[in-house]
Amino acid sequence: MTTAGDADVHAFLLLLRDEALAQADAVDAAVAQGRDPGPLAGVPVALKDNLCTRGVPTTCGSKILDGWHPPYDATVVEQLRAAGAIALGKTNMDEFAMGSSTENSAFGPTRNPRDTDRVPGGSSGGSAAAVAAGFTPISLGSDTGGSIRQPAALCGVVGMKPTYGRVSRYGLVAFASSLDQIGPFATTVDDAALLFDVLAGHDPLDSTSLQAPSPSTAPNVGDGVEGVRVGLCADLIEGCAPDVAAQVYAAAEALAAAGAKIDEIRVPEFAYGLSAYYLIAPAEASSNLARYDGVRYGLRVDADDAAAMNTATRTAGFGAEVKRRIMLGTYALSAGYYDAYYAQAQRVRTMVMQAFDRAYLSVDVLLGATAPTTAFALGAKIDDPMAMYMNDVCTIPSNLSGHPAISVPFGVGTDGLPVGIQVLAPALEEALLFRVAAAVEAAAPK
Amino acid sequence: MSDDVTWEMVIGLEVHCELATQTKLFCGCRNAFGDEPNTNVCPTCLGLPGSLPVLNAQAVELAMRIGTALHSEIKPSTFARKNYFYPDQPKDYQISQYDQPLNLGGWLDLPDGFRVGITRAHMEEDTGKLTHIGGSGRINAAHHAQVDYNRSGVPLVEIVSEPDMQSAAQARAYASELRGILVATGASDGRMEEGSMRVDANVSVRPVGTTEFGTRCEIKNLNSLRSLGRAIDYEAARQIALIEGGEKVDQETRHWDESAGRTSSMRSKEEANDYRYFPEPDLVPLAPDAPWRARVAEGMGPMPADRRAELVAALGESATTAEQDQIRAVVDLGLDALVMAAVAARAPAALALARASNEVAADHEAGLALPTESFAALVSLEANGGLSATQSKAVLAAMLTNGGGDPAALAKEMGFEALGAGTLTSAVADVVAAHPDEWTRLVEGDAKLQGFFVKAVLDATDNKANGKEVVAELRRLQA
Amino acid sequence: MSDSDGLTRDDVIHVAKLARLALSDDEVDTFTAQLRTILDHAADVAALDLAHLEPSSRPIPIENVLRPDEPRPSLDRAEVLAAAPSVEDNRFRVPRIGGEGP
Repeated sequence: MTTAGDADVHAFLLLLRDEALAQADAVDAAVAQGRDPGPLAGVPVALKDNLCTRGVPTTCGSKILDGWHPPYDATVVEQLRAAGAIALGKTNMDEFAMGSSTENSAFGPTRNPRDTDRVPGGSSGGSAAAVAAGFTPISLGSDTGGSIRQPAALCGVVGMKPTYGRVSRYGLVAFASSLDQIGPFATTVDDAALLFDVLAGHDPLDSTSLQAPSPSTAPNVGDGVEGVRVGLCADLIEGCAPDVAAQVYAAAEALAAAGAKIDEIRVPEFAYGLSAYYLIAPAEASSNLARYDGVRYGLRVDADDAAAMNTATRTAGFGAEVKRRIMLGTYALSAGYYDAYYAQAQRVRTMVMQAFDRAYLSVDVLLGATAPTTAFALGAKIDDPMAMYMNDVCTIPSNLSGHPAISVPFGVGTDGLPVGIQVLAPALEEALLFRVAAAVEAAAPK
Repeated sequence: MSDDVTWEMVIGLEVHCELATQTKLFCGCRNAFGDEPNTNVCPTCLGLPGSLPVLNAQAVELAMRIGTALHSEIKPSTFARKNYFYPDQPKDYQISQYDQPLNLGGWLDLPDGFRVGITRAHMEEDTGKLTHIGGSGRINAAHHAQVDYNRSGVPLVEIVSEPDMQSAAQARAYASELRGILVATGASDGRMEEGSMRVDANVSVRPVGTTEFGTRCEIKNLNSLRSLGRAIDYEAARQIALIEGGEKVDQETRHWDESAGRTSSMRSKEEANDYRYFPEPDLVPLAPDAPWRARVAEGMGPMPADRRAELVAALGESATTAEQDQIRAVVDLGLDALVMAAVAARAPAALALARASNEVAADHEAGLALPTESFAALVSLEANGGLSATQSKAVLAAMLTNGGGDPAALAKEMGFEALGAGTLTSAVADVVAAHPDEWTRLVEGDAKLQGFFVKAVLDATDNKANGKEVVAELRRLQA
Repeated sequence: MSDSDGLTRDDVIHVAKLARLALSDDEVDTFTAQLRTILDHAADVAALDLAHLEPSSRPIPIENVLRPDEPRPSLDRAEVLAAAPSVEDNRFRVPRIGGEGP
């Protein structure tokens, strides 16, 4: 694998050549000594730049953390090292994971390897592009409203969001704490499952981490979908471009041919998810990003007093989208508005969770589109926040409910660009999720 | 001052108690005072990007003990973020409890029986420590500041009282009793001067007979019970003077200056921050079930009120005012175990109480280390006439210095022996014979002279006589 | 804060201040317009009658996650202070504080 060509794509903010060589040596040494080098021995992995890597710059795509070296590793980074994987570099992202195109990075956008005039999606655009361009077989991203699945769809790779709490968030720079999850990008469902298995499990450093051990999924990925009840969800298709919808129907037919039972299902509550998300996520983010105040780390712009220093630092250090969401979130939490906005959005969340539970009484998984369109042009939506937010309409419901979901490449749109099919499963059902995803992948047009 | 209106004070106290845990509330950094700055820090208590909190089980145990001791309802609770910018707050929000605190309601009875209501007692994390450089070290004149995050994340319980107190004396009694409770539960060492127990007072005034609350001010920087009392009296007088002068009291936070003896304005509570409280998404609810709550309650020792009651019962009759003071002092200092041990050894409670509250209290650190059996034996010895009061005190002093010992053996070493009964009778007879005029006056009713004769007998016997026995003998002779 | 017409310029100035962000007049205008659009879209949520539902602040219900009161190694102070914008006496140095604490 080579990263030559990243000048065109700009998937990476930082390449870790020396560290990678050292880790590769360590893997060789382990093998030579007869020790188990781990399930990912020698496999390169790219890390989204909101994952803390000790002694290695971690910017979250923001000027406010430019030059910051965390003094600790994220739990997932330690897990990857223990599994023998080789951290190749840190990938580009929308600033603090806020965006659906990676155009909000303070360090320039990432371009879609399939068409460099197009966006790779976001916020994990760099990690998706790195896999799509062949720079690395696997990478890690984070998904709060679709930030793994949507770029996976736009770049034509596999991207998966686990059940909330399956993978430790310790060391993931927080955007929206009750929604964020770390997950894998890969070229195949098999590899995504393998990577998921390495990451899943309880972490005592994360109070929201699930206690229940996570059973391995990789060995059973190819078990097929005989008798699986698949809900073809109109609410995850109707708002999409016709060429995207067409691929979803094709995928449904393929699953039926493989032995699944397809039923149409409506979950109208999903329509409210977008608005609820764009109140909950900014609210939590406005609090999570308060710590960037110029006192302890990162950028500082000096001023006469501490408050003025905070303001000057944050004004210079944050981009427009981050400022927009911080203000939106602050407003939603503020005195007099909390109940109408934030609390109401959390009631919508309850409504969506109950809607999922009802749906899963009659089906085992849901099927729909991941993103409403194929990759759009750079600059096409950047000045219209609402248009940008609409990219997340199919992915957001799973973040609100905490359920696992995955995007699998399946065919292309009329413009020849990749389409991603989304499979959604109940909480803790990653094994089922990967099985259905693998069946979709197997039937994908070559 | 106008003589038309009589004013009353309305006082509520907010007490922040540092919990005596090994580690901080949400991370494994040491909870220690006085270490080198910024050496007990980690991603969580520094608020580094990507860090997360995990709740300390022992902090929960201690917080529940406090709630139990205050007769609160221990409820399912949640944590909340209190959002505000300040350099000592590493995340620029504090993790606290807001609409669902762990301990709700309750009460605390002052030693005189007056009941102060408790609103709530919730858990929250402490901030780092700011040092202001330049100016006089006070915040307003400083040039810049420094932050040490060793204290950031230390577990606190905030105890809020109802505004039931009506005087500085009651406020002091509340703070003192609460401190005793915090120490008795093991939750805290209760050291106001060191900052492990911080008291803020909310003070307002209103005309006697009215029920509407006046505007209140919050007083901070109260580092001792004495400051607490002085500040409350000052503040009440200040507010009364303002109102009687036709002005309004501004709702604000005021800083107590101990050397100047006055409060001064810090900031207006009206410009109060909008804290934008919302449920802490990085923590899960804390809901101790009934068996858990019962375990905590059963594991607790007696509270100061219980121990005082035990001592009163041991006296066997109602305690005099002096004895009540002695009892309070002894329990406050933790010396009641000594008294109860003496009582268990069948020594007189009043005598044990007297020795503990006077002689032992004078060296109470040593008193805490004194083996209870030694003390009990000493009191018994004195009570049975084996030692005079003076001799007993001397032996006790020696025992405190030595950290214990056998009182009878020590008495022998020190040359004290009991006066034989015959020796006592003849000593008294000798003294009476030597002072016939005084004896006549005593017999005729001049009771003051009793002391003269007791002193004379003590002098004659080198303080070996037992004062009570001398009195008894004098009475016998008069009969 | 007024709510007569939805989000106003004054509201934006107010929340920017709460969030320690300085905005130019143009930025206030732009953000006000953008945030109004977003909040208008959220009007569909505000209008729902959901009084019968409890707000969910987390997706998966867990309770009582605790850790033992045992010390774990702290960070190396040098590494911590190396990341700091300004250090003095082994402490983080900041400009004078205007006194508007909590």
